[in-house]
Amino acid sequence: MTDKVRTRSNSPAKTGDVQSQPSSRRRFLSHGMAVAGSTLAAGVAASAATAMAAPLVIPESNKSTGKPMPATEYGLPSKFEKHVVRRRTDVFVNRQNWSDWSMTPLQHQPGIITPNGLIFERHHAGTPDIDPATHRLVVHGLVKQPLSFSMDDLARYPSVSRFYFHECSGNGLTDWLKPASNTVQQTHGLLSGVLWTGVLVSTLLEEAGIDPKAKWALFEGADGSAHIRSIPIEKLLDDAMIVYAMNGEALRPENGYPVRAVMPGWEGNTSVKWLRRIKLGEEPWHFRSETARYTDPMPEGKWRQFSMVMECKSVITSPSGGQAMKGPGFYEVTGLAWSGAGKVRHVDVSFDGGKNWREAKLEEPIMDKCLTRFKIGWNWEGGPAVLMSRAVDSTGYVQPSVQDLQKTRAIVGFVQHHNAIQPWIVSAKGEVSNGIGKA
Amino acid sequence: MALAKLKFFAAVTAAALAVLGCAGTNSMSVKTANGIPMGATGPHPVQPLPDKPHFGKAISEADIALWNIDIRAPDGKGLPPGRGTVAQGSSIYQSKCIACHGADAKGGAMYGTMVGGIGSFTGSPRVLTPGSMYPYAPILFDYIRRSMPMDRPQSLTNNEIYAVSAYLLSLNGLLPADGAVDQTSLPKIMMPNRNGFVVDDRPDSNAVRCMSNCK
Repeated sequence: MTDKVRTRSNSPAKTGDVQSQPSSRRRFLSHGMAVAGSTLAAGVAASAATAMAAPLVIPESNKSTGKPMPATEYGLPSKFEKHVVRRRTDVFVNRQNWSDWSMTPLQHQPGIITPNGLIFERHHAGTPDIDPATHRLVVHGLVKQPLSFSMDDLARYPSVSRFYFHECSGNGLTDWLKPASNTVQQTHGLLSGVLWTGVLVSTLLEEAGIDPKAKWALFEGADGSAHIRSIPIEKLLDDAMIVYAMNGEALRPENGYPVRAVMPGWEGNTSVKWLRRIKLGEEPWHFRSETARYTDPMPEGKWRQFSMVMECKSVITSPSGGQAMKGPGFYEVTGLAWSGAGKVRHVDVSFDGGKNWREAKLEEPIMDKCLTRFKIGWNWEGGPAVLMSRAVDSTGYVQPSVQDLQKTRAIVGFVQHHNAIQPWIVSAKGEVSNGIGKA
Repeated sequence: MALAKLKFFAAVTAAALAVLGCAGTNSMSVKTANGIPMGATGPHPVQPLPDKPHFGKAISEADIALWNIDIRAPDGKGLPPGRGTVAQGSSIYQSKCIACHGADAKGGAMYGTMVGGIGSFTGSPRVLTPGSMYPYAPILFDYIRRSMPMDRPQSLTNNEIYAVSAYLLSLNGLLPADGAVDQTSLPKIMMPNRNGFVVDDRPDSNAVRCMSNCK
């Protein structure tokens, strides 16, 4: 018996070959129109009530044993999911990859949680490799008693776990006035949904004893850029976290291992990774990262500073840029909505470029400063269409258009905080493309 | 113990009510003392710790000194003693910076120019350099010390950092070619973009939730 199992387990390649056949649908989705013509024709035929499915044969997986269980293993996705990966920007190609960013494949993400291997990255001097046994977090400055915490110390506090969206302020910066990105991964992929676990910043600050003169604190990383931001004390006493875990396991190195800050609802870079130091002070420090960078161009040559909140936003993830419709008929149009100012209250979807809107269904749970999944049924009749989503949050704020934001901001260069409505153009042939600036 | 628990729950309830009490207000209007919009307050009250565990180890500021490298840019608080000339900075630049930033800091293999752009912000493109963008000169010292050179950050001496700062200021026309900077003089340099920043005043749009025959 043992021999038999072993023999069968030695032929995974053959099994793999057989199983690779169903992946044609996936290739069709990701590669789009190269194969869309013929598949569309098939799709039209299949939509007829008389369409017949192909006869079934017994799949190889039913006729053999699978891979035996290894003694230990960190599980990985199926080999047929290799296309679901983070990707650096295709538009703004950096000449080095230490200060760079990679994006979450939102078009492949169901639900509201991003798997740890797909959470977007942005770092300023590469990913450090930090030993948790020697890492220390210090709290000092305007406190009664400066404190040093080991990772073991931090793990002893009563833990807090909270779901939040996480978004880079630069999300969408290549696509304000005309399309530069082809997919939702490229237009909106500096966005992830995470369950963070750690301890509230306020717990540690209170232990150190906050000097009443302290109004701001700097957060500094242990990476090669020693990335640093000034954060107002109000946020630190509200919901700011120090986290050591994400989605049920230790932070990944690229996301701040062994410990990072999380500033819920605020621009991603304020959630300093590889956190080593918190220093309380009377006023902000005006670091390069909050003057020359992470500021927003405004009219008359000005710059908006300390624009922390990521405002209410939404995007349709399916159908989205680079995908192809599979013939006329029913589609579930779905996407993500979020707000750094509270909860998502409504998402409306337009199929005619913003002239008429229908309210989508929001899927529970709907959480504060968290990704919310919206869904709406659509019968595509085969003609051209322009799809848009528009979110409203619990403050009553309505997601604006680019034109709305242009009334007050200067859209010039690398503009952060793009939370405007994203149009996707569906052609009569069913090709889906980026409609920013066109619709 | 029972009393402590009761107090604990009372505190949680009171805090929760306080949060609920704000639910109807526009939370973007919650602002810090400096006028920075905060977004909504959190979904939960600050976590009460009835037993107040203390796991931090006391440490002296002296023992944090090597990590305590931040410079408060507006007044230069934290700048260490030291001095560097433009000429010294040029020499250091040739050996440690030029590979990425190019000759005369005009852009190289990795990064764009660090020179010029002053006066460009009212047009397009806005050219962002330390000269055009930094509102305070001590940002140069802080950033070079913490992040540069990229392959060996925190390797320069204080004098070297002052020198490279002086060199970049000189290339941007903000310091004479025979100039130098130190702890006292660096914060006094008037940067062109000193008054170029406005505090976050969002929300700055008034989109309406129109449902039919819009636009």
